[in-house]
Amino acid sequence: MSNITLVEGINLALARAMQDDDSVVVLGEDVGLNGGVFRATAGLQQRFGAGRVADTPLAEGLIAGMAVGMAAEGLKPVAEIQFAGFAYTAIDQILNHAGRLRHRTQGRLSCPMVLRTPCGAGIHAPEHHSESPEAMFAHIPGIRVVYPSSPAKAYGLLLAAIQDPDPVVFLEPSRLYRRFKEEVSDDGKPLPLDKAFVVREGTDVTFVTWGAMLHEALEAADELAADGLYAEVIDLATLKPIDFDTVLASVKKTGRCVVITEAPRTCSLASEISANISEQALLSLLAPVERVTAFDTVTPMFRLEEKYMPDAARIAAAARKVMEYQ
Amino acid sequence: MTIAASFEIRFTRYLLPDGREAARLPSFAADPRALVPDYRAMVFMRALDAKAVAMQRTGQIGTYASTLGKEGVDAGIGRVLHKEDVLLPSYRESGVLMLRGVSPHRTLLYWGGDERGNVFPESPRDFPFNVPIGTQLPHAAGVAYAMKLRREPRVALVMCGDGATSKGDFYEAMNAAGVWQLPLVIVAVNNQYAISVPRHMQTKAQTIAQKAIAAGVDCEQCDGNDLIAVRDTVGRAVEKARIGGGPTLVEAVTYRLSDHTTADDATRYRSAEEVKEQWKAEPILRLRTWLHAKGAWSPAEEQALAKDAATHVQKMVQAYLETPPPGPEQMFEHLYAKLPRQYIEQVAQLTEEQESHVEHHAG
Repeated sequence: MSNITLVEGINLALARAMQDDDSVVVLGEDVGLNGGVFRATAGLQQRFGAGRVADTPLAEGLIAGMAVGMAAEGLKPVAEIQFAGFAYTAIDQILNHAGRLRHRTQGRLSCPMVLRTPCGAGIHAPEHHSESPEAMFAHIPGIRVVYPSSPAKAYGLLLAAIQDPDPVVFLEPSRLYRRFKEEVSDDGKPLPLDKAFVVREGTDVTFVTWGAMLHEALEAADELAADGLYAEVIDLATLKPIDFDTVLASVKKTGRCVVITEAPRTCSLASEISANISEQALLSLLAPVERVTAFDTVTPMFRLEEKYMPDAARIAAAARKVMEYQ
Repeated sequence: MTIAASFEIRFTRYLLPDGREAARLPSFAADPRALVPDYRAMVFMRALDAKAVAMQRTGQIGTYASTLGKEGVDAGIGRVLHKEDVLLPSYRESGVLMLRGVSPHRTLLYWGGDERGNVFPESPRDFPFNVPIGTQLPHAAGVAYAMKLRREPRVALVMCGDGATSKGDFYEAMNAAGVWQLPLVIVAVNNQYAISVPRHMQTKAQTIAQKAIAAGVDCEQCDGNDLIAVRDTVGRAVEKARIGGGPTLVEAVTYRLSDHTTADDATRYRSAEEVKEQWKAEPILRLRTWLHAKGAWSPAEEQALAKDAATHVQKMVQAYLETPPPGPEQMFEHLYAKLPRQYIEQVAQLTEEQESHVEHHAG
């Protein structure tokens, strides 16, 4: 057991996966000698060599496309896109190829690749460095989208993503990279994919969220508890496919739900989750499902990012709104 | 002023359009009879192509991308690749796939709207037909990277058209292949048109081959209508890559004698005179004229081949027509290694619709 940060959890999982499986390779911009701009790949090239930890030319579409080719040819590539805001040119490869290769060859070729990228706001970064594109990825058939919220989840879910026989887009909350430490055992054990985690039990309202927003939701839950309102908090962890069994079981118990995301509202995952709850748990609902999201604006530069992202106060306010609904 | 680079682009041609020899032939062509299998393959490609166009016109397959005029490119490439190499085709490379051993009825299945057209049991590592322009090039760099990392004497060969060389994917993959000296051969099949846009509107560069120079990648051109030139040029590039000599861009200069696809009408953007002129340079006539002149091919053999080709094409058509359409549940098959439980509801919906559909018809 060691007390480590989320980014160290990523690093530990990469090292473990490379140690256990020769076919695992890491590629991306500055991932080699420099160890990645966030240090997620620190020390890996020194340990596993430049062949398996490859600094690529600066071309995101190439990185994703090469990973498709490597995966089809039997490697398990873990590709890094430096920031999610630069992943858009890679979406062509994920959408047209990674997610389709197995199906369009009827199982002849497959694409066991991971595309890692830091995302989300809150680190006072330059323009284009604070995006939340999870809904765009979650719209793509044939892939998984995973979003850890803690060092232990980063470690266990990344191991699971690397072992998964299908492509996984692995979104890392850069805001949490060094925010807190947690005891993580380097036991090589993956956490389950396609499964949500109930991180706090409650009786009055269900919070559904993921990534950095989980911590805002927990803070809001603390605040509400002081007033005798008990929120159940669910960390989705896998955003595609979503574990609706866990979400619906909780909503049927509490009768109220607030979905929290730091991505823009329209066509967000919050909308998808709200729609599913309406379809499948309408008669259990005591209030309409409330969405707490970022605004439908461009992600602002950092002087305004605190106002853009949902926080504990907005979440608590939404919770009070659903509690007071008549 | 510093001259950083100056260049000449090698252009390889052995047979002139009229079938006469333009240069001393490479050793594989010393015995003309040795090229008869290539010729037979080219004739078969053309026969299948004509049938596929006819099948589209009669509604038996969907939109189809003709291979008319590129038989020399396809046969040349098919002959120089080894079984263990990996081909990454665009959507117009059914001829090469045939030489990779893939049953040509797969081509009809593919354009007939069936994913099983991309199942190549005879050449299982080859990539499927690639429709988005140029996106197969980064895959090829990845495949070649894997081969190099594992120190395998294998080569990735990726094909694209002249239009694809305007895309970032082309430059990105070629650039990466240069950096890592990957065992990659890129064949840009310059057929002079990207649908309606002619080659001169695609790039101001004098040749497509020279696009490799800025990436530090070797490059050359060959006459894509000359089977011997394609075999020689691509063959040298493949064997160089195999022994660690790094990547090459080959521009195979040819002409698209067909419409872009059966959904296109090329008379809208090019003249009948231009096409007529290009028919004089086409690859099959050229090779046949040469084989005849060498005494390696007779009119009787030609007649027998035409009959063989027709019979074989008919067999392929039968194999296609006898393949029943997939059940609708195929949409969910192979989407993931194991379909996530979250899909159960959607599968159930489809199954239910199917059952009520059957009942409706039965009732």
